[in-house]
Amino acid sequence: MSDRKPFRWHILVFLAPAVLVYTAIMIIPLFATLNLSLFTKVDRVSQFNGLGNFRTLFGDPRWSASFWNALGNNTWFFIVHMLVQNPIGILLAAILSNPRLRGAAFYRTAIFIPTILSFVVVGFVWKLMLSPIWGVAPDLLNAVGLKSLFAPWLGKEAYALTTLALISVWQFVGIPMMLIYAALLSIPEEVIEAAEMDGVTGASQFWKIKLPLILPSIGIISILTFVGNFNAFDLIYSAQGALAGPNFATDILGTFLYRTFFGFQLQLGDQNMGATIATAMFFIILIGVCIYLFAIQTRLRRYQF
Amino acid sequence: MSVSRHSPARSVAAHAVLITYTLIALFPVFVIVINAFKSRKAIFAHPLALPNAETLDWVGFKTVLKQGDFFQYFLNSMTVTVGSLFFVLLFGAMAAFALSEYRFKANTMVGLYLALGIMIPIRLGTVAILQLMVASGLVNTLTSLVLVYTAQGLPLAVFILSEFMRQVSDDLKNAGRIDGLSEYRIFFRLVLPLIRPAMATVAVFTMIPIWNDLWFPLILAPAESTKTITLGSQVFIGQFVTDWNAVLAALSLAILPVLVLYLIFSRQLIRGITAGAVK
Repeated sequence: MSDRKPFRWHILVFLAPAVLVYTAIMIIPLFATLNLSLFTKVDRVSQFNGLGNFRTLFGDPRWSASFWNALGNNTWFFIVHMLVQNPIGILLAAILSNPRLRGAAFYRTAIFIPTILSFVVVGFVWKLMLSPIWGVAPDLLNAVGLKSLFAPWLGKEAYALTTLALISVWQFVGIPMMLIYAALLSIPEEVIEAAEMDGVTGASQFWKIKLPLILPSIGIISILTFVGNFNAFDLIYSAQGALAGPNFATDILGTFLYRTFFGFQLQLGDQNMGATIATAMFFIILIGVCIYLFAIQTRLRRYQF
Repeated sequence: MSVSRHSPARSVAAHAVLITYTLIALFPVFVIVINAFKSRKAIFAHPLALPNAETLDWVGFKTVLKQGDFFQYFLNSMTVTVGSLFFVLLFGAMAAFALSEYRFKANTMVGLYLALGIMIPIRLGTVAILQLMVASGLVNTLTSLVLVYTAQGLPLAVFILSEFMRQVSDDLKNAGRIDGLSEYRIFFRLVLPLIRPAMATVAVFTMIPIWNDLWFPLILAPAESTKTITLGSQVFIGQFVTDWNAVLAALSLAILPVLVLYLIFSRQLIRGITAGAVK
């Protein structure tokens, strides 16, 4: 039917503003930056260098050690989010979606509060909370008799990254909670009633009826977490500075990119190596998204009510 | 109806989990805010005590208000956030409507092209964006931030909104067409009101990263007159690291307006989500 119609201008009108802004501000600069990764500066003159920058980044010991360290840290950062943030978000959403629960609005509002705070605030708040000078954290542990467990976590190489990941989880748990909550509420009452007629209630109702229905939403929050984590920067920068201390233990790709791009201490900023790291990040994220699109999303069945 | 669905034990357990998590979520914020009102001595001696007549001290706030122009920063953040949000929602909903409603040749292509932006952080293009803003004379203007955040917010908005638009009943739209409504009227009069709950959700998810962003204000608009509250407080706190009163007061000033705004806005959001689910 659509073939017989004249050109439908309204489609163009609907699409044009979004496509234009997006292309001009995002796509063109992005490719211009990716293009920079193929060049290098020799005596201030830009020269085509092919994939030479990438050989340096992955192979040259001066660069590759930092790169693999940042990539490894970033992966751990993501794993902590997947194992802690998303299950907690789903659990809270599952409890909240019970129609008989009193005070659900209060809990929802309260639990979402950390998400609205800026990284700067969150970074400093936790720096103060965990500070051995101030003693809020040691006092609290003392109250439950676990004072011996206290350590200046943000200052220890072994714990700093996990601590920051948990701080980030603390901040962002509201997002999976809200998305899953909305998905759970959109399950029609008839489906739940039918399950109850068959005697499927409580936890088994959640596992057997609701969870399969919200799998697409879980897929979406997983990929959002992945993308968010692999371009994270602000929290680490606010809490640990551009050097991502102690001794680069909390260095992730975002902070590594920032240091390379804009320079730090005595090292000068390097546009081309910065662009090379940005390109590497681009491909890492691309691979993750492709896995999601082709391996996960296509296998999830979509239910329409 | 089964017994387990409203057994008191389950309900107590549910509340226990929720209360525990609510405490975890609010406790750090609470500690920061109460200590902002205390004297330096009391901050260290009894960090968990509420301020009383003896320990009440406004010195931190006085330092902050003398040093930084927080009201201006706040206005800048509001302008940028509201401006970007308006364009993201309007342009995003329009594009989402086109993609979910019409079948045309380039549909999948345009959809994928826009979806690209969900996975690619706009930050990776920062250097070229800065060059662009310098070339167009937009450096140190709030317009540059609105443009960047609109581009940043659009992909996710289109993605989420078109998911919701697919659920709007075809019968309703076709009924509108039979009544002679133009496609524009169908969009603005029929579809937009129906997806308001989804718009509220998208608004919150778009707004948060914009309000909280440190990167682009730092690079595109670091001038005193265009500083956002996030950048302003970062710079301020960085200068006063050892003045605990000032740092705690600055953090409270950064937290409280957002909190008030959120508490006003969250009713809308929650009503929106629930209304959307009940349909």
